[in-house]
Amino acid sequence: MKKEENKPAGKKGFSRRNFLRGTGLTAAGMVVGTKGFAGEFAPAAAPVYGPDEVPVTLSVNDGSYQTLARPDEVLVDTLRERLDLTGTKLVCGRGACSACTVMVDDKPVCSCLTLTMEVQDKKITTIEGVADGDELHPIQQAFIDEDASMCGFCTPGMIMSCKSLLDRNSNPSLDEVKKAVRGNLCRCGTYPHVFKATLKAAERMG
Amino acid sequence: MRKEKFPIGIPGVNLREIEREVPVTEPPAWPINDKLKHVGKSVKRTDAILKVTGKAKYTADINLPGMLQGRMLRSPHPSAKILSIDTSAAEAFPGVKAVYVLRSNMSGAEPKGGEDNGYPEIKYAGQAIAGVAAKDGQTAEEALKLIKVEYQTMPFVVDMDEAREPGAPLVFEQQVEQEETGGGGGGAKGLEQQGNVRGPSTKSFFGGPRGDVEQGMAEADVIVEGIFRTQVQTHSALETHGIVADWKPDMLTVYASTQSTKGVRSEMASIFDLPESKVRVICEYMGGGFGAKYGAGNFGVTAVNLSKISGQPVKLMLDRKAEHLAVGNRPNSWQELKIGAKKDGTLTAIKQESYGTAGIGLGAGVGRVAQAVYECPNFLTEQYDVFTNAGPGAAFRAPGNPQGAFALEQLIDELAEKLGTDALELRDKIDNSVVRKEERRLAAKAINWSRRKKPGSDTGVIKRGIGVAQSTWPRLIDIDSTAEVRMYRDGTVEIRSGVMDIGTGTRTILSQIVAEELGLEPEQISVKIGDTLFPNGPASGGSKVSGSITPAARNAAYKAKQEILKQAAPKMEEKAADLELKDGMIVSKTSGKTMSFKDALKQMRTSQIMTSASREDDYGGFMVGTFISHGDLGSVQMAEVSVNTETGFVKVEKIVAAHSCGRPLNPMQIQSQVNGGVIQGISYALYEDRVMDKNTGHMLNANLDQYKIAFSMEIPDIEVINIEEYTARSSTDAFGIAEPANIATAAAVANAIYNAIGVRLYELPMTPDKVLKALNLV
Ligand code: FES
Ligand code: FES
Repeated sequence: MKKEENKPAGKKGFSRRNFLRGTGLTAAGMVVGTKGFAGEFAPAAAPVYGPDEVPVTLSVNDGSYQTLARPDEVLVDTLRERLDLTGTKLVCGRGACSACTVMVDDKPVCSCLTLTMEVQDKKITTIEGVADGDELHPIQQAFIDEDASMCGFCTPGMIMSCKSLLDRNSNPSLDEVKKAVRGNLCRCGTYPHVFKATLKAAERMG
Repeated sequence: MRKEKFPIGIPGVNLREIEREVPVTEPPAWPINDKLKHVGKSVKRTDAILKVTGKAKYTADINLPGMLQGRMLRSPHPSAKILSIDTSAAEAFPGVKAVYVLRSNMSGAEPKGGEDNGYPEIKYAGQAIAGVAAKDGQTAEEALKLIKVEYQTMPFVVDMDEAREPGAPLVFEQQVEQEETGGGGGGAKGLEQQGNVRGPSTKSFFGGPRGDVEQGMAEADVIVEGIFRTQVQTHSALETHGIVADWKPDMLTVYASTQSTKGVRSEMASIFDLPESKVRVICEYMGGGFGAKYGAGNFGVTAVNLSKISGQPVKLMLDRKAEHLAVGNRPNSWQELKIGAKKDGTLTAIKQESYGTAGIGLGAGVGRVAQAVYECPNFLTEQYDVFTNAGPGAAFRAPGNPQGAFALEQLIDELAEKLGTDALELRDKIDNSVVRKEERRLAAKAINWSRRKKPGSDTGVIKRGIGVAQSTWPRLIDIDSTAEVRMYRDGTVEIRSGVMDIGTGTRTILSQIVAEELGLEPEQISVKIGDTLFPNGPASGGSKVSGSITPAARNAAYKAKQEILKQAAPKMEEKAADLELKDGMIVSKTSGKTMSFKDALKQMRTSQIMTSASREDDYGGFMVGTFISHGDLGSVQMAEVSVNTETGFVKVEKIVAAHSCGRPLNPMQIQSQVNGGVIQGISYALYEDRVMDKNTGHMLNANLDQYKIAFSMEIPDIEVINIEEYTARSSTDAFGIAEPANIATAAAVANAIYNAIGVRLYELPMTPDKVLKALNLV
């Protein structure tokens, strides 16, 4: 079900699951050894982080944030717990629902599978950064017009997927829209209106 | 009392006028939607802007100063006695601020008596045991591992058929009870319990058995019968269950992802021995519930205790696995249904027997569709609950009814075939509902029913078929539904109620109702809901929100209007009775004089006008007690499917869903609701299935990658037909739509599959393997 694009991107990309499998969780301490990290996965010249939280700088929605993060911390947690950017939702934590979708260097990724350490030098866009100030992005306006958000919990992720499609394809077909959100779970069943909204937004963006 | 003339019936079918007595405090009758300005129009969802920008704050997003993160320890065993728990190492773990061990289990059926060693008896894998609050989630999770629990494991049973066998491990040693809820949760009191089987329950609020089924069967010319099975489905709302608890000496504040703020308040008050006035429950935005989010829950009690112990606010959200295991599901069913009929189709008897398991809970019936959709003089249902060592079931969108419809509507189709009648013609004959008749007509047109072929007669590998199914849902009301309307001197208007918007659009319809009554625009009405500081609203369940809170809202607005007109009258040198509110103006019906609404508010005697009103009795009285209105919410759905007879793969191509919810308030939101019900229905029909491992007692797919739900690629073309149906029962005459939308879909898909391949499927989900088996290919 998962979008191809949703795999952690980049040459150095590795998933949290691989990472944890590599280092293992000790019985008593959650502290993850740096040895496994540096030795097994990172290129030789990569910095060694941890074991405790370390300062990181993230560029999110055109702002620069200094915060702390653990080496094994995933981006969704950093955004939500440390930066109070709670628009991005955590739903499954394993890449199965796309509720946590954010853009990293303009590509949609599951922030629940993206290590914060890995995106320090990248451009991160969350749902809070989609509108231009008070001016909504056409996809956001279309979601309002077509009633594409019900409980709204899937909406941020859904919008990121739709926006990413529109960034790549200004004139998508219905089938392309369906494919663009094929990893996004909406339990309320907004899909028909999401499809309509995305096609409408494309039309408006011309 | 005053006499009023109301519209009644369906425009274009049987619309007429009826005179009813209404209390003098209630507003005049509204005409049909055509003549209204905001009600019945697709006003845009008022809170959509916050949802599309990520600014809506859900319980999961609440972040209070000094807030701790809570996590729960859950049992790895499906059945065990806890002998001891040692929390000392967890408590000493750096960063941990509180540890709490539950004394008993808070959800599911309650055993009467039994021993109490201070720990909950473990009855399913995933059951809550203890909680930890720490500076962050990771620390809390680590600390959980340091809690030492000594278990004495016991035999268990997770399979319903095995649990029914004599000698199966007993889930409960004692008689159990679980309070029945209007929405279908819990079970009737005092039923017999033998082994793991409790029942039968033979009554619904529509009454008990009718006539004599044996005699009815004897009189029948044709009998159809079958055994049907349905699976366990988990609610899988995107936001998991959870709360943020903030215990202060003078007030307990709880942010809860709940369908009932007032329900959580009263449970918390009673558990913690607090006056209700010292418990505040807030739920502003909520990420889906579908029936599962009621009450305090084990997690809620734990979070409040952790906050009480630590003196800090505690957030405790369930993880996805616990969400699947511990906080509700739609019970499965095994159902034997038998229908007798005369040659002309007249039904002579319906007999139903069912078993279902809600794990350690009650409420695994198959609903009342078989009892209520078709007139039949002889009817008997016997519905049994079977206990298994699995998480408790919970109300799930029309509890029992999709299960019941899956059997009933397939057999009605079979009957039609046996009688050599068309499936719609037979329904025209045996179904008295005027609204369903009209729905059948419109849906048939929309799906082009006349092209439907004989079962299995489509040629080629991929065969197409069309099917129909019908349903009914009662018009449930909660009279404990109050709204308050405020007008402020600065010209603003506000409506307040404890009711929630769980994604259904409550905020929007309230703004429409008040705007309509006050001659304003919906954007001018600020809607404040989801907080027990406001007057009690209905719980968001049973499709009762619209029917309960909108009349209260309109009546409160009407009272506020009377007050402002009374104050404006002398200033305009008019009589209040001659004034009305229209397009932001106070207008005299006699002289044509005007004053702007804003000016009138500026000159109010006090800085605000506050009025409130509650849901009064239906005009003409309720049909049952104080909670069921007359008539029903009748629905008809039609499905077109294609079935690949080589792979067994079923694709739903189109669904036409024809529904009534009384006076429609917002067609766009109704469409969204119906889409949602249909999609959940398709997902139930074809994909979802909780898989339990008999050997370990664990759920094997407690996540979202293996628990398959319909996503975008499985969404067919859905056409929603919304019937306007007036019944003149309240000042808005509106009802809900959430549950009806979900009942008939799986049955319609099943009938369409039969029409495509000529072989009937008796078991959900209708996965490729079952299709191939039915076709005798595996
Ligand atoms: S939360 Fe990241 S994919 Fe589900
Ligand atoms: S709108 Fe509720 S999950 Fe999509």
